[in-house]
Amino acid sequence: MRDFSYLRASSADEARQAALQAGSALLAGGTTLLDLAKCGVMEPETVVDITHLSGLGGIEVDANGARIGALAKMGEVADNVGIRAAFPAVSESLSLAASAQLRNMATIGGNLLQRTRCSYFREPAVFPACHKRNPGSGCSAMGGITRNHAVLGTSDTCIASYPGDLAVALVAFDAVVELGGRTVSVDDFFLLPGNTPERETVLERGEMITAITVPSSAAATNSTYLKVRDRQSYEFAAASAAVGLEFEADGRTVRDIRVALGGVATKPWRVRGVEQALIGKMLSLETVETASRLAMEGAVSHGANRYKIELAPRVVARAILKVGGLA
Amino acid sequence: MTIMEPRKHGDASDGMVGGRQTRFEGNLKVTGGATYALEYPIEGVAHAVLLQSTIPAGRVTSVDTSKAKAAPGVLLILTPDDDLGLMTASDWYGNRPENQPYHPLPREVSFNGQSIVAVIAESREQALEAAKLICVTYAQTPAVASIDDPKAGEGKVMGNLTIGWGDAEAALAAAPIRIEGEYSTPREYHVAMEPHGLTVKWDGDQLTVWEPSQWSHGMARSYSEWFGIPYENVRLISPFIGGGFGSKGAALAYSAVAAFAAKKLGRPVKLAVTRPQNFTSYGGRAATRQKIKLGATEDGVLQAIVHRGASETSTYMDYPEQTGAATPILYKVENFSSQHRVVPVNTVTPGALRGPGKNPSAFGIESAMEELAYKLGMDPLELRLKNYADHDYQSGKPWSTRRLREALTEGAAAFGWSKRSHEPRSMRDGNQLVGWGIGCGTFPVIQAPSEAMIRILGNGRVEVVSGAIDMGQGTYTILAQTVAEVFGIPVDQVEVHLGDSRLPGSAIAGGSMLAGSILGAVHKAATAARDELIGLALSDEKSPLRDTGANTLTFSGGRIAVPRDQGPSLSLPELMAALGRDEIETRRNTLPDGATPQEHHQAWTTMAKVQGPTMGEFSMHSWCAHFAEVRVDEDFGTVRVSRIVSAFDCGRLYNPRLVESQWRGGIIMGIGQALLEEGLVDQRNGRTVNNNMGDYLVPTNADVSDIQVISVGIPDYGASALGGKGVGEVGIVGVAPAIANAVFHATGKRVRDLPITLEKLI
Repeated sequence: MRDFSYLRASSADEARQAALQAGSALLAGGTTLLDLAKCGVMEPETVVDITHLSGLGGIEVDANGARIGALAKMGEVADNVGIRAAFPAVSESLSLAASAQLRNMATIGGNLLQRTRCSYFREPAVFPACHKRNPGSGCSAMGGITRNHAVLGTSDTCIASYPGDLAVALVAFDAVVELGGRTVSVDDFFLLPGNTPERETVLERGEMITAITVPSSAAATNSTYLKVRDRQSYEFAAASAAVGLEFEADGRTVRDIRVALGGVATKPWRVRGVEQALIGKMLSLETVETASRLAMEGAVSHGANRYKIELAPRVVARAILKVGGLA
Repeated sequence: MTIMEPRKHGDASDGMVGGRQTRFEGNLKVTGGATYALEYPIEGVAHAVLLQSTIPAGRVTSVDTSKAKAAPGVLLILTPDDDLGLMTASDWYGNRPENQPYHPLPREVSFNGQSIVAVIAESREQALEAAKLICVTYAQTPAVASIDDPKAGEGKVMGNLTIGWGDAEAALAAAPIRIEGEYSTPREYHVAMEPHGLTVKWDGDQLTVWEPSQWSHGMARSYSEWFGIPYENVRLISPFIGGGFGSKGAALAYSAVAAFAAKKLGRPVKLAVTRPQNFTSYGGRAATRQKIKLGATEDGVLQAIVHRGASETSTYMDYPEQTGAATPILYKVENFSSQHRVVPVNTVTPGALRGPGKNPSAFGIESAMEELAYKLGMDPLELRLKNYADHDYQSGKPWSTRRLREALTEGAAAFGWSKRSHEPRSMRDGNQLVGWGIGCGTFPVIQAPSEAMIRILGNGRVEVVSGAIDMGQGTYTILAQTVAEVFGIPVDQVEVHLGDSRLPGSAIAGGSMLAGSILGAVHKAATAARDELIGLALSDEKSPLRDTGANTLTFSGGRIAVPRDQGPSLSLPELMAALGRDEIETRRNTLPDGATPQEHHQAWTTMAKVQGPTMGEFSMHSWCAHFAEVRVDEDFGTVRVSRIVSAFDCGRLYNPRLVESQWRGGIIMGIGQALLEEGLVDQRNGRTVNNNMGDYLVPTNADVSDIQVISVGIPDYGASALGGKGVGEVGIVGVAPAIANAVFHATGKRVRDLPITLEKLI
């Protein structure tokens, strides 16, 4: 591990100032930074510690929605009574992620910024070619072991999947990231790889996530996060879905529905096509299955990840049926 | 049938052989008091790190170390250009090539991830950073990435593994019912909690090595031979091991590099192998392929087994993962043919991983037997009982003990097998398909000569001293129990010293042979010490027991007395005090009388004296039958093991609590093998890309549901001095086919290639 200097920021402004310097990295829970430093993927010259800063933690939930401080821990948010009541999918996405030890360390801001688990991204000495790590160098994943790679949102330069769960629930419910001076919807916060896979978010140098807000909705209250994987715990999703549903007064017709996918795309993937297909419809096994297939519109497989195209619509369908009381 | 219900701790019989004594060293481990190899505070230690090849095959043409040499803290860099002056050590059996130099950092690259450079610096971080500055240039040569590579070819037949009797091909052709299947298992890895590594220190020509070891004596021998120093000059210390599973039985290339660096620098060196490097610094279980054909009569009597297997090996050594190991001894069959090939590919040489050979072999034959059962429309339990082997058809010898029938019937009763509905896809729970399957397992009883020392101290404590090791399986505990029983004292009056090559010689902790081997020596030494004490107590004029007229003494409840309460009784310290003795020491071994010092050395440091399962008049094996229940979500292809009942015949159990723990551990590893574990090899460069515990998946607690273990064994005094058979390996054997069979029963889909990941079922 390369020697680095350590700065304990005394305020958010100081942290932002320090983060303006090239080669600096903010340290919160450290679960991504330390991991990738050991892999030789992130080699910061300066580590700016923000863990102790006041005003960046806390969870507030009221009738309008939730505001979650960037330094709130994953475990804290998952267990928060208000979040569990108003945003079950958010709570579930967190408790199904990582392990208890990691959830006790990792922060919400850091969670959004976790990097891909692409094996080729993580081993620079063996696989020098990686556009995400080193723009223009190539992509080692294409033609390699691609079982966990994305089928949606990919480009000619990158097929790495976004690994997180929380952000999937957040995009479903129109959450917003506060960046100090500006706010951005979580959906817009994440970028498609396109020709610049090294740019994963709109975060500019010197910017810092300070909080996440999630507006209340009936769909968010009646929501779930379904995560499918081979191992029962502590594994990234083969495919996951965050779904929320609000019926009309008849209890059968869809008034509002939110659907987002994880584990299959290069960023948290809202599938408005599925939502549009169901709004105003009576919920039934058949309508749900037909609509869920739209989730894979534009999907492209690369070898071993082909199964995701089959799997993901089934996960979407099951999640919808569950919140709709049909499964 | 003994169902092992949890029992209240503290029963007086816990301290006896066969009691449920809790782990002797457990408190030390859970309180952090147990010191592991890399935790010794050694003054002045320098840190070594390894740089490994990034190509699968070729030659190192140059190593540019100029930048690294100038990096802060760097003390030494070793490359293929350096002649370390080492000599090749013996193989497992003690065969040693003459005058053959050993290059642990070779110029020729045989696999991706081979150690080729070492950097030693003042701190580990400095060494790691300097290693990144090193530029290695290679001349690449064509490589074979894996057994799936079309260039791999058929490999070569291992003649010594060709087994046959009767006329299998003819009997198969004549059989009215036939099935055939191809079964495969991937590369699997040990992934012990404690990664490999060592600390080494020289004092003149005396070498001390702190290294996790399944065999302190055998590994000490390698160091002495590499460096050309007397065996006695090497001390390998390994009192605690954080899991081995077969990976820690040999000193490896990085061990030699660290020891050389320490010698060259004149200061201690510590080398920690990183988790990714643990995937290529030694071999895991080889990938295997098997073709099995079974022929049977219409009422399910086996007529023939034809088996053809293959396993990956490296390009520089033939290591067969014996796919035909369980195939010949599980069933009664008059016509049998098995052949095994090794297929050289560019990998580190594979090695032994829990249940070597038997494990993939059982996956093949136990899957095939259920395929036959479904073809016949017969209950798979009935088919197995119908073809029960009354003796060992391979060796022709009778079994010493074989309670596999009891394992099958009593396991079935505990599982509720009779409630099974035969048709695949006929059992459901909500939207999940439910399936039941059986897998039988076996592992041979082998043993090796061992030695032990007993010291009775003046304060009444009794020490048992052995170079044997405890990697969690329970050596400390069962040695303490054995000695406590011989002297009639509580376990906490016994001290156990293990894991040091300077201590009396021992069998390797491998092949499930340690307990049976070492207990024979410990029991012999303890009995001899007790007899010596009795002799003194009855003859020494200072002894209060001298004139009692007794010709022996009893040892019970901490008291030594004349039989039938005819006189005084003394505690051990009282008797030692009366005798004026500070210590009584005995040392005994299980070699034949009159063995030479050379034979002693050979016995402890090589496998040359290991007794195989059929070397005597009997065929000796442990046996088990696993009953698995799975729930499959068919939409998602996910399999969850909801219940396992396993019945074992491992003879007498020296400590049922610890045996249960080993069985459960084996079963849990079997769940991983069935559903999760697979080394993913990039076919372009032979790299195992999931070389970390985030991507190479082993079961979590959430994946392990209800496991019930049952002992159906009886003491087998043909198999070992105290009646036990091996327990460590057999637990995993047969688990994967039981789960695969249950998946078939649940879904109607037969998955013949492990692991059963979700895409294979959707």
